[in-house]
Amino acid sequence: MHELSITQSILNIVNEHAQRAGAAKVTTINLTVGELTGFVDDSLQFYFEMLSPGTLAEGARLNITRVPATVRCRACGSEFHLEGLQWICPQCQAVGGDVLRGREFQVESIEVVQGEAK
Amino acid sequence: MKVSVVQGILSANDQLAAENRDQLRRHGICTINIMASPGSGKTSLILRTLEGLAGRQRVGVVEGDIASTVDADRVAACGVPVVQINTGGQCHLDAPMMRKALGQLPLEQLDLILVENVGNLICPVDFKLGEDLNVMIASVPEGDDKPYKYPGIFLAVDAVVINKVDLLPYVHFDMAAFRKLVSGMNPDVCLFEVSCETGQGIDEWVAWIIEQREKRRRT
Repeated sequence: MHELSITQSILNIVNEHAQRAGAAKVTTINLTVGELTGFVDDSLQFYFEMLSPGTLAEGARLNITRVPATVRCRACGSEFHLEGLQWICPQCQAVGGDVLRGREFQVESIEVVQGEAK
Repeated sequence: MKVSVVQGILSANDQLAAENRDQLRRHGICTINIMASPGSGKTSLILRTLEGLAGRQRVGVVEGDIASTVDADRVAACGVPVVQINTGGQCHLDAPMMRKALGQLPLEQLDLILVENVGNLICPVDFKLGEDLNVMIASVPEGDDKPYKYPGIFLAVDAVVINKVDLLPYVHFDMAAFRKLVSGMNPDVCLFEVSCETGQGIDEWVAWIIEQREKRRRT
């Protein structure tokens, strides 16, 4: 996947908000990532360490909340987790369903220390 | 101190894509983003589509590839305006690349733009370009289990073109199961069975494009 450009986007968002908040340093970045986004945590960590030095986010901890892929069956209405991405309702065996959760991909919040940037 | 952000990670791309879309709409252009794996027949489908649309719609093409101009050369031979984007290794097109390509097309003379995205079933899905419609090609030799492996793309598209149906007698591909699964995941999707080799099913696909374009012209 394209984790390099994604990590750069995350950094841009984080640094912009940190600056606006008058932060000296970002300590934690809270991300929400849905299971259906195909996003790889390890690569993000790798690129983050490569791209963040020299920015307010240098040394920040990446806190990634994974959202399981949840689907609602169109036949019986029950909600189920896409186990191994199998699109079959465990209640009634119908194929498919509407995605309720699992496509999230956002920066939720950051934790910062305020003061003059070094 | 905690600072609330709540911002989509791809929001910068989304923003630029929305600007591209506004620009295209102002020109009354319907834009179709075509995604598929390498070798599924993206360029072949575009060539067949150009044949079918010749004299009926004025079409421009954006060709995305990691490198080379072979696809763009084949399209240019049809006499339509074409822009090649070489992503230089990037696995998908994005809104800034699209913006650049639009600057090189005669927008006031076009009704439709077909975009051939980079051959890949994962990355192009997340990056909006400013398109009206997303289409994927699933070719018969790739197998009927692709929706399980790449749900993202099947959820994101308006139409799935099942290409290479002339090979159905030779490879295992359960068309009924494939259709059932795709429709189950995405009930609004339109499915087309075509062969770019024999021309089978192309008329129906071309008619759908014209219908989509006309629908947008009226609104």
